[in-house]
Amino acid sequence: MIRAENLTKYYGTVRAVEDLTMEVFDGTILGFLGPNGAGKTTTMRMLTGYTTPTKGRAIIEGLDIQKEPLRAKRLIGYLPEIPPLYPELKVSSFLNFVAEVKGLHGKRKKQEVERVISQAGLEKVALRRIRNLSKGYRQRVGIAQALLGDPKVLILDEPTIGLDPKEIVEIRSLIKSLGGERTVILSTHILQEVTSVCDSIAIINEGRLIEFGKIEEVQQKYGSASLEEIYISAISRGGEA
Amino acid sequence: MRNMWAIAKKELKIYFSSPTAYIVISLFLLLAGFMYYVIISNFSLLSLRAGNNPYFSSHLSLNQSVYIPFFSNAAVVLLLLLPILTMRLFAEEKRQRTEELLFTLPLTNTQIIIGKYIAAVVVLTVMLVATAPYVFYPFFITKPELAPVLTGYLGLFLLGASFISFGLFASSLTENQIVAAVFSFAILLLLWLIYWLTYVTSSMGGFLRFISFFGHFDNLSKGVVDTADLAYYVSFTLVGLFLTYAVLEVRRWWR
Ligand SMILES: Nc1ncnc2c1ncn2[C@@H]1O[C@H](COP(=O)(O)OP(=O)(O)OP(=O)(O)O)[C@@H](O)[C@H]1O
Ligand SMILES: [Mg+2]
Repeated sequence: MIRAENLTKYYGTVRAVEDLTMEVFDGTILGFLGPNGAGKTTTMRMLTGYTTPTKGRAIIEGLDIQKEPLRAKRLIGYLPEIPPLYPELKVSSFLNFVAEVKGLHGKRKKQEVERVISQAGLEKVALRRIRNLSKGYRQRVGIAQALLGDPKVLILDEPTIGLDPKEIVEIRSLIKSLGGERTVILSTHILQEVTSVCDSIAIINEGRLIEFGKIEEVQQKYGSASLEEIYISAISRGGEA
Repeated sequence: MRNMWAIAKKELKIYFSSPTAYIVISLFLLLAGFMYYVIISNFSLLSLRAGNNPYFSSHLSLNQSVYIPFFSNAAVVLLLLLPILTMRLFAEEKRQRTEELLFTLPLTNTQIIIGKYIAAVVVLTVMLVATAPYVFYPFFITKPELAPVLTGYLGLFLLGASFISFGLFASSLTENQIVAAVFSFAILLLLWLIYWLTYVTSSMGGFLRFISFFGHFDNLSKGVVDTADLAYYVSFTLVGLFLTYAVLEVRRWWR
């Protein structure tokens, strides 16, 4: 479970996120929507402990990410907006490195690395240097890295960006299969992705959370409108909500 | 412990799959080798001339005339090259945005810093060991004293290790590798120049010699192991590492 309590982030006088409170329960796949610069990436960075909030707390499985960073971070798989890759390393060395830091060693490390390589479709490039990979493959390495260690919480910032259509379908069904006991938050600009993968949505605009809940419930509130209509109407109401 | 080693391994893999480590190691071998060659050629010329002068030849010592100047020159080469080795360690993580992974993995800042430090120290060790063939070659021909050569190496190692800790600090301040290299070079150069000042000022001489890297190197290259010198290097290294730690902690609030 992920709990954001009054999360607020100011960069100088720039307001990135303001007083964001939400609870995402186990088994939820939450689609995080909002225009460019709305504060999605900043929120995710606060949830993963990369960014320190100006105010508020981020709680992962009951652990405050600022107070117990090590224990909380062990539960999170995170794909940042720009896939964090070392161009000099081979795909397999990179994944081995992340696996070791996540506490996997010996046989378990080997199994986990093989598992994510096949889940992200990286078999053909496992021994190539990351520097020489195409954009889509880099994105897949970023996803594979997040999946290592089978974390309870997954935070994915625009996971399907740059992938080809076939791969998008595969990654979406992969993410969907992750549901169950895990808690997943993914940000995206593709509403169709939300309909096909997520069961809940959060819409954020100018740093404020405007709409949050199960997709059906939100739709009911808007009189069974389509996600497009809901999105447009929510963000045009702006930050006053 | 395992986490530190994972970081160190990753850094070493990057060092040896890019030209950096190879360039730094070969430049060191080349420059130090050249100096060694000049010094030892000069020495053999002297010994040749001294051959018919028993007084003079009894005062010629390989340790005095070859190893001491060699070690102090090698120290200057380290000052020039180690900033190139350390410049990438934090700056590049920042530029490539990989720090967003590094700082969200279950790692402490201490583990990250020590891991990176170890990697650079391993490369330093390789550099020093690689000079052994030519440095120890005279031992096959004649009988210099071994102890001062070994302490000379110890001195180079300690000196290099403290250079690395300051290079790490410089790298944590910027996302530009060149700026990091220039900055750490400037710090090291300053400490070297302070040592030069000890030749002209008498009042502050003791203090300046105490804070400069090189003042403590002299003893070791002469074969004198003083715990004060060892303690100096250890504490200077710790200062560099602690400054790096402080930068990482402060930067947490700016991300
Ligand atoms: N490091 C930073 N320094 C200053 N301002 C920042 C920083 N990071 C984000 N911002 C600002 O915070 C606001 C929110 O940015 P954020 O990246 O969270 O948006 P986003 O919803 O992820 O947008 P996108 O859909 O384009 O990815 C923007 O106005 C952005 O300019
Ligand atoms: Mg974003």
